[in-house]
Amino acid sequence: MTEAGTPTPARRRRQESLIPAGPVRASAHVCMAAGCLSMQADTVFDSLCERVTARGLTDVAVKRVGCLGLCAAGPLVAVPEMGRMYDHVAAGDDAALDGVVDGLAGGEGGRQTATDPFFSHQVKVVLEHCGQIDPERVEDYVAVGGYESLTKAVTTMTPAEVLGEVSRSGIRGRGGAGYPTGLKWTTVAKTDSPQGKYVVCNGDEGDPGAFMDRSVLESSPQQVLEGMAIAGYAVGANHGYVYVRAEYPLAVKRLTTAIRQAEHAGLLGPRIADTSFGFDVEIRIGAGAFVCGEETALIASIEGGRGTPRPRPPYPAASGLWGKPTLINNVETLASIPAIIGRGAEWYSAIGSGKSLGTKVFALAGSVVNTGLIEVPLGLTLREIVFDIGGGLPGGGKFKAVQTGGPSGGCMPESLLDMSVDYESLAQAGSIMGSGGMIVMDDGTCMVDVAKFFMDFCREESCGKCVPCRVGTTQMYHLLDRITRGLASRDELGELESLAGMVRDTSLCGLGQGSPNPVVSTLRYFRDEYMAHIDDHVCPAGVCKMEPREAALAAGEVAP
Amino acid sequence: MTVAAAAPPASPPRDDKRWRQVDVRIRRLGARPDALIEVLHTVQEVFGYLDDDALSYVSEALGVPPSRVLGVATFYSHFVRKPQGEHTCVVCMGTACYINGAGAILSRIHDTLGIDAGGTTPDGQISLLRARCLGACSMAPAVVIDDEVHGRLSPDGVQQMLEAL
Repeated sequence: MTEAGTPTPARRRRQESLIPAGPVRASAHVCMAAGCLSMQADTVFDSLCERVTARGLTDVAVKRVGCLGLCAAGPLVAVPEMGRMYDHVAAGDDAALDGVVDGLAGGEGGRQTATDPFFSHQVKVVLEHCGQIDPERVEDYVAVGGYESLTKAVTTMTPAEVLGEVSRSGIRGRGGAGYPTGLKWTTVAKTDSPQGKYVVCNGDEGDPGAFMDRSVLESSPQQVLEGMAIAGYAVGANHGYVYVRAEYPLAVKRLTTAIRQAEHAGLLGPRIADTSFGFDVEIRIGAGAFVCGEETALIASIEGGRGTPRPRPPYPAASGLWGKPTLINNVETLASIPAIIGRGAEWYSAIGSGKSLGTKVFALAGSVVNTGLIEVPLGLTLREIVFDIGGGLPGGGKFKAVQTGGPSGGCMPESLLDMSVDYESLAQAGSIMGSGGMIVMDDGTCMVDVAKFFMDFCREESCGKCVPCRVGTTQMYHLLDRITRGLASRDELGELESLAGMVRDTSLCGLGQGSPNPVVSTLRYFRDEYMAHIDDHVCPAGVCKMEPREAALAAGEVAP
Repeated sequence: MTVAAAAPPASPPRDDKRWRQVDVRIRRLGARPDALIEVLHTVQEVFGYLDDDALSYVSEALGVPPSRVLGVATFYSHFVRKPQGEHTCVVCMGTACYINGAGAILSRIHDTLGIDAGGTTPDGQISLLRARCLGACSMAPAVVIDDEVHGRLSPDGVQQMLEAL
């Protein structure tokens, strides 16, 4: 199957941000993340620059910034000095554009967005600079304190002290599995390797419905690079790779610019902050393979081969890229590091709850009013996220489930809405934290069909190396397909359940091991829907097309 | 088998100036075998797809066995082995788009143009692709027609846009 990504923005002469020579009284931050950009945010930016100049506002800035979060209401323009945000500022909508300019001039005009409760419930650590800085200007990142943590680490701390700080912060891997980051770093640091070590940033965000890493890379790329350099200092690596999906051309472009600017400014490269520590970063672009999010497959892909996983141990911490000790962390994990080093482990570990400390970024999508990107302390309830921050379901729709963790995750029913969102609770409920996609589903969604959707995904994305995943996902898909067509018997449902256990227990990597989760979790919470398909030949949500029983009998597709 | 890195430089398969872009990229990457994916990206950017001649050339230039080049070119779904149509229509099949009706959009295109994902109309006008997730979840279902993202679409809306091409 062929795939494609978001288009590269048309090549146009990039207009610089409009920054007055004197003091700035107000500044318009125009969101340039993929969502708003696809609604012509670049034209909005140009129009605002023209209008501000035409009105002779000499103390007003117009800046291009990264993701402002509330994608549902784009294109977005924020005016931080006044604590305002304007939504639906569409290109060519003169009234909306004039409203923003009027606001910049000191007036009350324009259609303003309520900041409560979408923004007021959030705690921004990873997204602190998203929407505040121009992602294509390293000066902007430095102006908000960027690279101070790296300088602090290399000039005032020993690598062991950095490791201690990260361990005490309690941060766990934000890519899905939740392995303690400090422990991972310490393992790599302890492994001797005279030939060098590597730091790899995993930006192969393949979960459908997840766009957190992309927003961070597009909105604050320097923050990720700084986190990588700190990691390099702590574990003893001088070279890093960022692996980004080919589907994210804008992230690749901004990251390329960021690396060039950081090296030019002496923030990366040899002798960082006049110490003997040097660190450089290269980009590797993926080519459309979900399995490359698995760390050993990702390594194979960086080495230029087919992205197939291999058995662990040895773990990459002992033998990774080119056989050298390799630290692999997710984008969001690395983006949290500068704040942890800058403000200290105690500050960070005061956020969150239990064994899940700090904040997590989620991408809210599906049947929810406020779709977009949010960052919340771990330990909030699903209800707070979906109904308070997310604003509930549009048009008074009835909540049915929220899916977390993508193809390896599960569907949480209404009865679990008051569950705390942390690593342990989610695992206990049969899902995973995953990378942070959260899809809200209403009663027009068929849960068997959703399970089939994810199984189709895993079946196509299986690399084919191990039999349980390659054959098992196809067989499970086949069984789910028969259920959704009203052809399956109760025996086949039993077959599906036993296959799910087998595939989970015997697959080589996380893709196969996690692939039964959507089936198992929907069976656990929505078994009646499966039974309605099987026993009554009815899809309660009205999604699946049932095949006439007589025709199926005649074709020999069902047992008499 | 490994081909010696010191082999004489391979000559481009066709007398086409666009190969210079590929050669520049290969040189910049030091013609290392691990640059395979990067080089294939460049070839596809320049020519639109990867044909057999291109794969043989890349194999020689990087000293990577042809079997491995073919293996990589066919493993990753981003690489295409056939020329694409004049226009492209990408239907996002991410979770949010799927539950909001992306499937109905695909079947409408199948019914009206007679092509499935990965196919091109016989007149070479429109190629249909599908994406895993464009991250445009807030505009679901999303469709990209010739590099322009359109959101919150119905099958009728997509059909009209394709007919207008």
